Amino acid sequence: MNASWLSVPLALLLAPLVLGVVNRTKAFFAGRTGQPLLQVYYDIVKLLRKGAVYSGTTTWVFRAGPLVTLAVLLTLVPMTPLGGQQAPLSFTGDIVVFCALLGLARFFTIVAALDTGSAFEGMGASREALFGALAEPALYLALAALVRHTGSAGLSDSFGVLSQRNWMAVDPAVVLVAVALFGVFLVENCRIPVDDPNTHLELTMIHEVMVLDHSGPDFAFVLWGSALRAWILGCLVAGIAVPALSSSPWVNVAVGVGGVLGLAVVVGVIESVMARLRMTVIPHLLVGSAALAATALLLGMR
Amino acid sequence: MKLDWILVLLVLGNLRLLASTRLGAKIRTVAAQGVLLGLVPLLAGMHAPGLRAAFVAVVGMTLKGVVFPWLLFRAVRETRISRDVQPYVGYSASVLIGVIGLAAMFLLSERLAPFPAGASSLLVTAALFSVFTGLFLIVSRKRAINQVLGFLVLENGVYLFGAGVMSETSLLVEVGILLDVFVAVFVMGIALFHINREFDHIETDRLSSLKN
Repeated sequence: MNASWLSVPLALLLAPLVLGVVNRTKAFFAGRTGQPLLQVYYDIVKLLRKGAVYSGTTTWVFRAGPLVTLAVLLTLVPMTPLGGQQAPLSFTGDIVVFCALLGLARFFTIVAALDTGSAFEGMGASREALFGALAEPALYLALAALVRHTGSAGLSDSFGVLSQRNWMAVDPAVVLVAVALFGVFLVENCRIPVDDPNTHLELTMIHEVMVLDHSGPDFAFVLWGSALRAWILGCLVAGIAVPALSSSPWVNVAVGVGGVLGLAVVVGVIESVMARLRMTVIPHLLVGSAALAATALLLGMR
Repeated sequence: MKLDWILVLLVLGNLRLLASTRLGAKIRTVAAQGVLLGLVPLLAGMHAPGLRAAFVAVVGMTLKGVVFPWLLFRAVRETRISRDVQPYVGYSASVLIGVIGLAAMFLLSERLAPFPAGASSLLVTAALFSVFTGLFLIVSRKRAINQVLGFLVLENGVYLFGAGVMSETSLLVEVGILLDVFVAVFVMGIALFHINREFDHIETDRLSSLKN
C-alpha cells in the first residue's frame, strides 16, 4: 500500500480531533477541566442518531446546504498533500480547483442560511460573504506564490519540494506565504481574532449564526465539515511550517499529522491570549494577509 | 541570504507604515528600519567591511535607532496626539497602493539594470520602494508627524540605494547626509511643538488655509 493514500482515512478520522485539541488547549490555559478531547466525535455521533427538524418556510436549498458543503470538503480531502507526500488526487493547476471548491462550500453555507429567511442568519451570511471575498485573494495569491516559488505545477508538487528544505535554508518568501495562509486559516475556520466560535447567540458572531437552524444529521455534517475544513487548511499551513525530511513516507505522514495538531495547539494559545478583533478591523487583517502573499509572489517573480 | 531577509523586513516595515494608525507604532517601525539599514553596508560590501564602514554604520544606527525615535516620541508626547485621523487615503487602500507600488518598483529595478557586480536587484527594489512609501506618507496623511516619518523613510531609501549600488562613497558625504537628516528631524520636532502650541492642532490640510 502506498503511503499517499493514507492521508484520506487519516483526514476523515482525525479531523474532529483538531477542534478537540484546540478546546483542550483553551481549557488548560483557563484552568478549567474542559470538555474531553473526543467531545466533537461524541457530538457528531449523538447528532447522527437524532432526527432533523425543518422549518416550513425553507426549501430544498436549506436541506442541500450541509450536504453539498460536506461533499465539497470530502472532495478536497484527497487533493490535500499531507507530510510532503503526493496527494492521491493531483493534477496541473489544482490550486484553482482547490480555491474554487472552498468558495463553493462557502457559497452553499451562505445560501442555506439565507433560505431560512431569518434576519439573524442573513446578517451572518452577509459577514461571511464579506470576509470570504477578502480571504479568497489572500488564499489565491499565497498558493500562486508557492507554486511560482517552487517552480512546480500543482499543490502536491510544490509541497513536496518545500518539505525537502530545512529551516536554516528557508527563503523569506516562504515565511510570508506561511503567515498569509495562517491568516486565511483563522478566517476560514472562524477562530479568534476573527470570530469567536463560543459565542452562540451573540450579535458578534459570523459562522455560528449561519448554522443555527440546522439540526440532527444536518448539524452533524456541518460540524464534521468545519472539522475537515480546519484539517485541510491546517495541512497547508503545517506543510510549509514543518519540513518532512525523513526518507520514509510513513514517518513523513506522521510528521504532517503532528504538524496539524501542533497548529491546533497554536490556535488554542492564540484564542487564550488574544481578544476578538472589532468587526471593522478584520478587513485590515485580511488585506494585510493578502499584501503579505502578494509580496511573496513578487519576490518569487524576481 | 541574510541581506535578503533584511530587505524583506524593510519592505514589510514600509507596508506596516502604510497600514498603521498609531503614531507610536510607526515611530518604532522607522527606528527598527534604521537599525536594519545600518547592517546593510556591512553585509552588502563585496569585501570585508573596514573601520570606516563600521563607523558610519554605528553612527547611523545610533541616530536612526535611538536619537530620532526619542525626538519623535517627545514631539508626540508634547503635542498629546497618539493616533492618526482621517487620512486622505484610507489604510486598506494605502496597503493596496503600496503593493502596486512594490510591483512597479520590481519592474523599475529590472529596467535600471545592469548594476555593479554583487549588488542585488532586490536591494534596488527595496530602496525605490522606501522612497515611494516616504513620498506617499508625506502626501496622504494629515498629522504632521507623518511628514517627518515620511521624510525619514525617503532618506532611508536614498541611503539604501547608495549603500548597495555604490561601493565607495566618501565618508564625508555619508556623515554629511546623516547630519542633515539629524538637523531636519530636530528642527521638525521643535516646529511641530510650536505649531501645536500656536494652533492647537498639527493637521497639514488646515495649515494651508492660514492667514497672516
